[in-house]
Amino acid sequence: MKRRLPWILLALSIGVMTAGLLLGEYRTVLEKAITVCLDCIGIG
Amino acid sequence: MGVVTKAKPTRKPRDRRHRYQAFFALAMNAWIPSWFKGGIFQGGVKGVCVPALNCYSCPSAMGACPIGAMQTFFAGLRFNLSVAQKKFGLYVAGFLATVGSAVGRMPCGWVCPFGFVQELVHKVPSPKIKIPHFLTYFRYVVLATTVVALPLLIVDQFGYGQTWFCKWICPAGTLEAGIPLMLIKADLRPLIGFMYYWKLGLLALFLVWFVLSRRPFCRTVCPLGAFWGLFNKASLFRMAVDDEKCTLCDKCTKDCPVEISIYKSANSPDCVRCLKCVSSCKFGAITSEFLGKREVSPDLRVKKPA
Repeated sequence: MKRRLPWILLALSIGVMTAGLLLGEYRTVLEKAITVCLDCIGIG
Repeated sequence: MGVVTKAKPTRKPRDRRHRYQAFFALAMNAWIPSWFKGGIFQGGVKGVCVPALNCYSCPSAMGACPIGAMQTFFAGLRFNLSVAQKKFGLYVAGFLATVGSAVGRMPCGWVCPFGFVQELVHKVPSPKIKIPHFLTYFRYVVLATTVVALPLLIVDQFGYGQTWFCKWICPAGTLEAGIPLMLIKADLRPLIGFMYYWKLGLLALFLVWFVLSRRPFCRTVCPLGAFWGLFNKASLFRMAVDDEKCTLCDKCTKDCPVEISIYKSANSPDCVRCLKCVSSCKFGAITSEFLGKREVSPDLRVKKPA
């Protein structure tokens, strides 16, 4: 079980990431990333 | 009978780690034209999360900071649920967990530009101060409060929260985005106020701490390192120490950029997996393993007689 745990975690993680991509979350991240983040630079 | 001789040392990637750190810092911030145009890179690839604390408001940043993106999802979660929008942050959480379950905290030691900055600044000659171990637990407090709880719980009338870590703490954002954007975008300068000076002061304090202590931000504050550290014991990449070969000489601890004694806990959540200890161990006691391939310090070899 101990040897399999990393593989199980990896498979679950990739599954979660894929689910997020299918729900269109890439676009949400992109929209945030291409806008100047006023909080990040200290004027938010 | 075998004769123990010193083999000619072969240079491994771990011996050139600073080159990798420099390469990744440049690769993640490669869109140089933005510096002259006075804006930030806005290409379609910027939705890809980078495995490091690299502010996406840095003018030349090519990818998204996963901690900033995660906070944005938590900050917008209550609003999204109220309007039945299915945006839960699965992409970013899955990305973080994928990296964590593959290599644990290794990107902290090899990829993160802010970790690289800390190691470079620490080379400034000065008296050095050790960080008490209890302070390293503070990074979990930062992760739980400023990245998860506060963005989720404190919301405005529309249900939107704030990115508390970016806003109040992140010195990487000040260094990579706050200062450069003020230099290249004159229209932002009138907006400078208390928050900007707060973040500038915090960055100055951290810079002094970088000179005095080894990677203090990574060890005591960084929520990304806190999260990936949780995977160190269960990742595909593993560290191991052979108790029979280890002489407890402590050379590994002296060379370690995060001052851990790897022989006490080979896969400690504090370890950034820079592999410096593998190189520094003269007895070949420390090894790393990834997908069945084992790396060991090769300085001592048994040479067969002719």
